Amino acid sequence: MLPALAVSGLNKSFIMHAQGGLALPVLRDVSLSVAPGECLALVGPSGAGKSTLLRSLYGNYRPQSGSIRVRHRDDWVELANAEPRVTLDVRRTTIGFVSQFLRVIPRVGAVDVVAEPMLRRGASLEEARCKAEFLLGVLGIPERLWALPPATFSGGEQQRVNIARSLIADYPVLLLDEPTASLDVANRNGVIDLIRQRRDAGVAIVGIFHDIAVREALATRLHDVALPGVQA
Amino acid sequence: MNGPLLSTRGVTKRFGGRIACQGVSFDLWPGEVLGIVGESGSGKTTLLNCLAGRLMPDEGIVSYETASMGTVDVHRLSEARRRLLARTEWGFVNQDAREGLRMGVSAGANIGERLMAIGARHYGNIRQTASDWMERVELDLDRLDDRPTAYSGGMRQRLQIARNLVSEPRLVFMDEPTGGLDVSVQARLLDLLRGLVDRFHLSAVLVTHDLGVARLLTHRLMVMQGGQVVEEGLTDQVLDDPHHAYTQMLVASILPV
Repeated sequence: MLPALAVSGLNKSFIMHAQGGLALPVLRDVSLSVAPGECLALVGPSGAGKSTLLRSLYGNYRPQSGSIRVRHRDDWVELANAEPRVTLDVRRTTIGFVSQFLRVIPRVGAVDVVAEPMLRRGASLEEARCKAEFLLGVLGIPERLWALPPATFSGGEQQRVNIARSLIADYPVLLLDEPTASLDVANRNGVIDLIRQRRDAGVAIVGIFHDIAVREALATRLHDVALPGVQA
Repeated sequence: MNGPLLSTRGVTKRFGGRIACQGVSFDLWPGEVLGIVGESGSGKTTLLNCLAGRLMPDEGIVSYETASMGTVDVHRLSEARRRLLARTEWGFVNQDAREGLRMGVSAGANIGERLMAIGARHYGNIRQTASDWMERVELDLDRLDDRPTAYSGGMRQRLQIARNLVSEPRLVFMDEPTGGLDVSVQARLLDLLRGLVDRFHLSAVLVTHDLGVARLLTHRLMVMQGGQVVEEGLTDQVLDDPHHAYTQMLVASILPV
């Protein structure tokens, strides 16, 4: 099957100008590909660059060289060094990202935080809110919290709002950075079920899952991210 | 429309021997919000004024894709045409609301004036639209007939935004729209601007020195230092993975709360 996402020869270093131009190489010649319905789990020691890789795939970090090609609107799009409007369009319709932390927006209620990506894709307010409420319900956020801004929510509640926000738009590619990090077992299992449904429906997933049980429940393949300098 | 809305090439402005901005080139596409960040004196406001036709650059071109007249060179338009453009297709939100409002007439008249400039004549409709916009920017309808001199700073800024957006501009220039406001007032204004940008698919160029404001409102950033653009990219790229030494310094200088 054609991959949904294909990476080749990716290199990323961080140059720290305040430290006299110190260069920290993080990704060296990384190549991988993910097909629809696959869940690729990034594994490797802390500091090996798993999050850096995931953020590069979202166009958040800018690699020095290499290629990140994504299947977008029935075409292949190069994300490495893409123009801003290309990356924005890919994020609007093709790639969703679940980070560990919710970036809260002052005064915007949870239901509208979740509904926003769907509105940006042209859904009506009613349709988007309806689906947002459904997802918040499935993820166990009490109804009394739906209208409140998530700034005051617990860490686990914020994370579930974040997951709902990333799942609402039915992206064909999902990037997950520790989606269950601060959840209790019951909520964790709810999140696993939702993500597994997406995977089985043909979504291509790349994720970081430190929790072995989560990784075993979701991953169809592992990808080793080795520490720079210890690679073969 | 398939091209950029606003396009600049090599825009340079000097004041005497001092360079205020130099060789600035970019394309702004419909629906994009571009932030220009940098410290005071980095040339942000000068650049914004050159883009909006308020200052004549010494070199370079600013072209704008109009709704009905094709592409125009902003600085080669006659003064009359440029003024017409400024009050029909553009908005300009000043940091100091007093510069963007007529302080001697009522809030309703401040909003209605823009409508009359684009041909509205029916008083009842104008007043109704003005009332709608008062509500949209969360101003109390009881204050429609008050002059902005009786408004607080935050209220004046919201009124200025209503006055600018009532004519449904295609492009809005904003110069530090939240500068000088209390943080709580600022949060409310940011939220309002964010909602309006989304709802009306506005294209905008926003000057700010506040990276938090830039994070919340803009899609793209240009970082200016000493009149030059030293880095540009998507807002989250520039803030999360800054490459230039100056950008790294700016990002590292944000106080955590």
